Amino acid sequence: MAVKKFVTGCFKDEEVLFPAVKKTRRAGYKIHDVFTPFPIHGLDKAMGLRDTSLHTAGFIYGISGTATAVGFITWALTIDWRLNFGGKPFFSLPAWIPITFELTVLFAAVGMVLTFCYLCQLAPFVRKDHFNPRSTDDTFVMALECTDKTNDGEAVSFLQGLGAEEVKVEYRETGWWIGRYDSEKKRFEKTGEAAAAQS
Amino acid sequence: MSIREQFTVPKKYNTVAFAFMALGVLAIIGLYITSGSSSDVHKQARFWGSLLHNGVYFLLICNAAMFFICATTLAWGGWQMAFRRVPEAISAVVPVIGVISGAILLAICFGSNHELYHWTNAEAVKGDDALEWKKGFLNKGFFAGWTVFTIVAWSLLGYKMRKLSRSLDEKPLENRESAKKYIWNNTVWAAAYIVVFALTVMSSIPWLWLMSIDAHWYSTMYSWYTFSSSFVAGMSLICLFVVFLKNNGYLEYTNEEHLHDIGKFMFAFSIFWTYLWFSQFMLIWYANIPEETTYFKPRASGAYSGVFWLMFIINFLAPLLLLMRRGSKRKYSTITFMAVLIIFGHWLDFYQMVFPGISPNRVPLMVYDLGVALGFVGLIMFVAGRALSKSPLLAKNHPFVKESLIHHT
Repeated sequence: MAVKKFVTGCFKDEEVLFPAVKKTRRAGYKIHDVFTPFPIHGLDKAMGLRDTSLHTAGFIYGISGTATAVGFITWALTIDWRLNFGGKPFFSLPAWIPITFELTVLFAAVGMVLTFCYLCQLAPFVRKDHFNPRSTDDTFVMALECTDKTNDGEAVSFLQGLGAEEVKVEYRETGWWIGRYDSEKKRFEKTGEAAAAQS
Repeated sequence: MSIREQFTVPKKYNTVAFAFMALGVLAIIGLYITSGSSSDVHKQARFWGSLLHNGVYFLLICNAAMFFICATTLAWGGWQMAFRRVPEAISAVVPVIGVISGAILLAICFGSNHELYHWTNAEAVKGDDALEWKKGFLNKGFFAGWTVFTIVAWSLLGYKMRKLSRSLDEKPLENRESAKKYIWNNTVWAAAYIVVFALTVMSSIPWLWLMSIDAHWYSTMYSWYTFSSSFVAGMSLICLFVVFLKNNGYLEYTNEEHLHDIGKFMFAFSIFWTYLWFSQFMLIWYANIPEETTYFKPRASGAYSGVFWLMFIINFLAPLLLLMRRGSKRKYSTITFMAVLIIFGHWLDFYQMVFPGISPNRVPLMVYDLGVALGFVGLIMFVAGRALSKSPLLAKNHPFVKESLIHHT
């Protein structure tokens, strides 16, 4: 949890947003995040985000599902409790394939959902700052993180030049917290003020 | 951006195609001399089996291209529009191979050799309860009629779909209404094709052409299994042509996004094929009824076990592991390698559908069959190349083209 200083700007249209994101990156500003009401194809590329590694995680979960199923059934039916099913060999792999398949899918699916939630910091009662509530409705919000070298005034006029409205310099919480939005907001506003006073 | 709309067939391309066809003819002649002309019916069957195997396989994978077009048309898909002329050109091979394969099938049906299709032998059917009972379906008249109908229907409906597509090249659509009408027209003809396809490839045709080699045995999975085999190999064939054209500087608007989606089809339908293959195998293995297990005896554990498991590795494990990564579907080298491997793998699949019925105890030498296969490959290359060069490579007036140009996976 850390409170940082940001310059935020609102865009009304994704056709304005796209070139703005590209130009901002080219100008060397650090984009913290872009908040949009709906997923936008190609925005991840424009922002220079790397590919997610969720696939790799899914593959590993799947493999462990396969291994669990084959391992457990093999142990149960050939070592621990041998049963004769219609004269089939104890190690009868074809009959186990459906279960193996199911467990592979189950492990991969559940594992990937949980990993996705972890990566996005999604969980019940966990709250994150949205920067601008209207980004869940009709506004595209870009947040630039101010580093030591960022000149706030320049960044503000730069964003305004790109077509952004309501450009603001503000302190925001980047981490997550547990609780409700409204009650926590007061506490968080205080930390923002404190941070502002420090700098 | 100016694009090279018109494909001109490179000289070397046709030389290679003709060389392959010559090899194919040589292989057929060689096969005829070594086994076809023999007075021994078992040896004769070796000749006919090879023709049947290759003829049916290559006919079905070319036909899968038209299925791809019609399925995407019905689904109102737009992403394939950038390279749609490629499956169209491949489906133009259907009438040509249709004539050849139709002739082979009718020759086997009405010929004096009953090794492949036991049910054509009236004396063998008499007193054989199972075959007597199947007589309503497995008889020469129905076989010939349905075969001819099938090939003619595929050819005509395919021709109609291609003609609809080409009709826009000179005459662009005037307004929204005419565009709507055009799409509706396409939808209706595609639906007609799909109905014929469902009645043929997805059900009756594999029963007649391939499953009746083992006339006593039956499997309800068989047609779907054959269809998935032909479809995944057909997608690989489309992929090969797309990569070939890209490498020669054509299809400027087809990029790795489209290739990625073709690769997804190859990957997904490899898994689908395995699912059906295994469903057929497991139920028979589990029930262990003699009349059903006879089919798998020579294949899974007999003389053909090598071919059987090799094809399982090629058709399932290789696509699963090599095509799973996003990068490998977008790179020309890996996707080309996988496409060739899949086409060969499903050729092997058809091989083990046909030959154990003729010689269950010994795998025939595969050199001749590969030669015949090369002949068909040359034929496909030649005819599809000619069809590609006849119309522009981009159906630029189709209403869905824009959707394909900005396609993003």
